Amino acid sequence: MSPTNRTVVVTGIGATTPLGGDAASTWEGLVAGRSGVKPLEGERFAELPVRIAAPAAVDPGEVLPRPLARKLDRSAQFALIAAKEAWADAGYEGKAGEETGVAPERLGAVIASGIGGVTTLLDQYDVLKEKGVRRVSPHTVPMLMPNGPSANVGLEVNAQAGVHTPVSACASGAEAIGYAVEMIRTGRADVVVAGGTEAAIHPLPIAAFANMMAMSKNNDEPTKASRPYDKGRDGFVLGEGAGVVILESEEHAKARGARVYCEVLGQGLSADSHHIAQPEPTGRGVAAAVQNLLDSTDLKPAELVHLNAHATSTPQGDIAEIKALRKVLGADLDHVAISGTKSMTGHLLGGAGGIETVATVLALHHRLAPPTINVEELDEEIASDGADIVRGEARVLPEGTIAAINNSFGFGGHNVVLAFRTV
Amino acid sequence: MAATQEEIVAGLAEIVNEIAGIPVEDVQLDKSFTDDLDVDSLSMVEVVVAAEERFDVKIPDDDVKNLKTVGDAASYILKHQD
Repeated sequence: MSPTNRTVVVTGIGATTPLGGDAASTWEGLVAGRSGVKPLEGERFAELPVRIAAPAAVDPGEVLPRPLARKLDRSAQFALIAAKEAWADAGYEGKAGEETGVAPERLGAVIASGIGGVTTLLDQYDVLKEKGVRRVSPHTVPMLMPNGPSANVGLEVNAQAGVHTPVSACASGAEAIGYAVEMIRTGRADVVVAGGTEAAIHPLPIAAFANMMAMSKNNDEPTKASRPYDKGRDGFVLGEGAGVVILESEEHAKARGARVYCEVLGQGLSADSHHIAQPEPTGRGVAAAVQNLLDSTDLKPAELVHLNAHATSTPQGDIAEIKALRKVLGADLDHVAISGTKSMTGHLLGGAGGIETVATVLALHHRLAPPTINVEELDEEIASDGADIVRGEARVLPEGTIAAINNSFGFGGHNVVLAFRTV
Repeated sequence: MAATQEEIVAGLAEIVNEIAGIPVEDVQLDKSFTDDLDVDSLSMVEVVVAAEERFDVKIPDDDVKNLKTVGDAASYILKHQD
C-alpha cells in the first residue's frame, strides 16, 4: 500500500470538558443532555454584559502535579490531561521509545487552540503592572505561545516525527486532527496524538466576544443560554477544556492488536473569503468543504447517519450550516441525525473540534447520537428545511456500516469537515 | 535580623519544594539545582526571585550562573543579605 492512501483509525480518546474530567463522564453528560453552563461568580466578571460560561468540570490543578501545573498555561494543562488519557486508552504506556508500541520518530503530536495562552498573557501583564518586571514569570513565553500545548504533549509522549499547531480560530482543533490524518497518510508518522484545547474564560476575551455581539447574554438562565437551532438563540456560550484522539495507521494498529474505535475517512477544507468574522450567509464555503470531503474520500452519503454540527447557537451561523449541508447532500441529509453538542458544553473555540471529534467517535462507537438541548421552538428556517435535529433525548443510530461527520468553522472563514466511519 | 545559614537552607528548601515539588528534606547543601533538584534554568529564575524576596537580598543575573548548588546559594545569601 502506498503511503498516500493508508487507512487511518482512531485507537484512543481523551477529554476534559465542562461535562466531565474524562471522555467517559463527558459522554455520559452528553447522552443525558446535561448543561455545563454556569454563572460566572466573582467581582472581575460583575460588570460584564455576559456573566455565564461553561468551565471545566474538573479543575486541572486537581489533576496535575503542582510543580508541572504552574509551568503550563491552563490550555496546555487541559491538553496534557486529555492527551494522557487518550494515550493510555490506546494502550500505550510511558514515552515512545521506552516501550515497544511506537518509535519516537514515527510519532507526531498536533494539538491546536484558537487563542493560545491568553490568560497567561493577561495575568502576567497584571503581575508586571502590580508587582514589577522582576516578578514576571520566566515561564511566560513557553506558557503563552500557541504551540505550547502541542509542544508539551509532544514532550510527554516523546513525539519526534513532528509537532504542529495549525491555528484557525474555532476550527483549530478540527484542523489539527485533519493535519494529523495527513501526517499518517503521507507516511510521515504511524501514530499521532491530535486534538484541540482552549482556556479563555477571562474578562477580556468575554468582553471582546460580547462586544462583537457573538455571545448569549442570557445571564438569568445559564443552562438554557446555549440553544442551537432554537428560535430564541442569541449567541454562543464560552466553554473550556480539551479533546484529544490517538490516530494511527490501520496496519500499525493491527500489528499491535489495538482496539479500533472507527476509521477516519479524511477531511474537507475550504475558506469563505467573505468576512473576517461573519459566516457567509448562503453557506457557500461550508458547502465547498463538504463537497471537497465527498470528492476526496470514499464517504458514501447513504452511509452518513450522524453529524456533530458546528452549531454555536448564533442566529446566522446555525442556519448557514444547515443550508450548506442541504445544498451538497440533498435528500441524503434527511437520514442524518444532527447533534448540536455545544448546547451542553458551550463553545470551546479551538477546543471544539477536539471534544466534538471525541463525541463523534463515541457516537459511532455506541451508535447513539447525543441530543441538542434547549430547542424549545425550532427555528423556522430549520423547520422548513426539514433537517433532522436530535432534540430532547439521545437517538439510537442504525446497525451496519455507518458514518458521521464533524463540522468546525472559525472566524476568518475557515471551514473544516472531518469524516469517520465504523469498521 | 539576618538569617543564619540553617535558616537560609530551610527557606531555600521550601522555595524549591514549591517550585519543583522536591521534598524539603532532599534539599541539602551539596545538591545541584539542575542535576539533583529538577530546577531548570527557567525555574532557577523563579528560585532566585523568591529567595530575593524572602531574604531581602539582590542576586544580579550575572551572579546566578555561579549558584550551582544549594550551598552556593546559601553562602551567597549569607554574605549579601542586609
